[in-house]
Amino acid sequence: MPGGTLDRSDAPGGSAVVEASALTKRFKSFTAVDGIDFKVEAGEAFGFLGPNGAGKSSTMRMIGCVSPLTSGSLRVFGLDPATHGSQIRARLGVVPQEDCLDTQLSVRDNLFIYGRYFDLSRKVIAARIDELLDFVQLTERKHDKVEDLSGGMKRRLTIARALISEPDLILLDEPTTGLDPQARHVLWDRLYQLKARGVTLVLTTHYMDEAEQLCDRLVVMDGGRIVAQGSPRGLIAEHTSREVLELRFAGGAATHVDAVADLADHLEVLPERLVLSVADGDAALAAVHGRGIQPDTALVRRSSLEDVFLRLTGRTLVD
Amino acid sequence: MSTSTTRGAASGARRAFEFQLLRYRRTWRGSIAGTLLNPLFFLGALGIGLGHFVDRNGAVSALGGRDYLSYLAPGLLASTAMQVGMGEAAWPILGGVLWTKDYLAMINTPLEVTDVMLGHLAFIAMRITTAVGIFLAAMAAFGTWHSPLALLAWPAATLTGLSFVTPLAAFSVTREEDNAFTWLFRFFVTPVFLFSGAFFPISQLPSALQTVAKLTPLWHGVELCRALTLGRVHGAGALVQVVVLAAYVTVGLILSRRGYRARLAR
Repeated sequence: MPGGTLDRSDAPGGSAVVEASALTKRFKSFTAVDGIDFKVEAGEAFGFLGPNGAGKSSTMRMIGCVSPLTSGSLRVFGLDPATHGSQIRARLGVVPQEDCLDTQLSVRDNLFIYGRYFDLSRKVIAARIDELLDFVQLTERKHDKVEDLSGGMKRRLTIARALISEPDLILLDEPTTGLDPQARHVLWDRLYQLKARGVTLVLTTHYMDEAEQLCDRLVVMDGGRIVAQGSPRGLIAEHTSREVLELRFAGGAATHVDAVADLADHLEVLPERLVLSVADGDAALAAVHGRGIQPDTALVRRSSLEDVFLRLTGRTLVD
Repeated sequence: MSTSTTRGAASGARRAFEFQLLRYRRTWRGSIAGTLLNPLFFLGALGIGLGHFVDRNGAVSALGGRDYLSYLAPGLLASTAMQVGMGEAAWPILGGVLWTKDYLAMINTPLEVTDVMLGHLAFIAMRITTAVGIFLAAMAAFGTWHSPLALLAWPAATLTGLSFVTPLAAFSVTREEDNAFTWLFRFFVTPVFLFSGAFFPISQLPSALQTVAKLTPLWHGVELCRALTLGRVHGAGALVQVVVLAAYVTVGLILSRRGYRARLAR
């Protein structure tokens, strides 16, 4: 049901923090966001999942009131970004795709000046800096130049910066892209804690595990449109079977399609891989072997959002 | 749970200015040293060294009736304002979107795009006025103030600097890379510096070049500053010069506002 409104938020007079209908963004002849509808309720963690170029960042920039819409309507906290951008941004905490930290300034000064942009007093900022540095585990780096921090530390500092104004809504654009697994888990921990405090989170990601772990609800985007929406579990249940059997053929997978097609509820053919949606992966693999087919590798796993995306678009999320 | 308050339009620009000051705290020593030494080098080498020969060859009447140092110094004053302003409005402004990305951080806050622009321009104005003030003090020490009106050369030179800054800001903020700046400094700033009447009267130039020189804000700034420090202000001429300089600043501001919006709100 592309472009439809999510069921849960259909209640009249609901407390939608973000509400978009037919939201569209065009750059010259290129349509980045193609008439999407969604609602984000207070206190939920809402995700945009999709590959690069799906229109996630453009959507985030419109919600963040830094990019004017081409058409459609958008309300954030019930206000119109076109006329109340500054008032809306005063209640947002933004973690942009690029950190945009001033690497020549210290950790403390980056947080300090950002607090000043929100017109907070020096005293309030000083107190919050200590709290936030503790929260993101950067207390010992307070007086270091940002230049000297690792990628994961910079990302945590960017999150601390977004929290300095005690925002009602936090926008995170690919919060963990480019981080090593350990740094990602530290970051996820912090985001869980924020969620537990009742802060509304809107995030984009092209990692299915991130979407599965963090999001209460998500929309899957592709080519500027919403191609599926729901809870991570709901999406998997609706669009794929319980398990997946992946068969890898280094010499090319296409020639083996006919031999295994009847074993799968659904079959995706990739250049060197066959992805079979099946109820029982081990049984399907035994059947494959029984037919004398010898894949180079075979993998049985639970279905994931990646499979939902593959099923809907015929492509993978991360190239 | 909003903690922001609205204190009117000036507040946002003031906070953006505050950021520039915070950054400047790291680099001001180097920049002040340059600002102090620059006038001493120029006034010493050109004014006293070269001036000695000029004065001995009877050029005094063509140069406004005083010594060459007194003729040259206000020209260098206006040129300094231009050079400081051009330097501040080229790389640092493009850096706000391309390298340090400070602008991109600011626009996610209650600050408006116009605040980001005005805060940075106000900082550049402060840099110019500091440099000009120091230069003017050095000029007093070199005995080149011939009228109390010389004090008005301070705002006049600052205005001259800004007449380059606001149009350049519009250009800088819309660049995708910085190659253009090298060309700009080599083929615009240097000839303007040399041929806008700072070193010699533009009547020495072919008439076509004189017309070109008169189109540059620097010629107007040099003439205005010189009239003030020599104490030879002709009301109408000075007024025209102020109007021309103010017009450059105003048009530049309009273009900058458009450029900043095109770059930061797309």
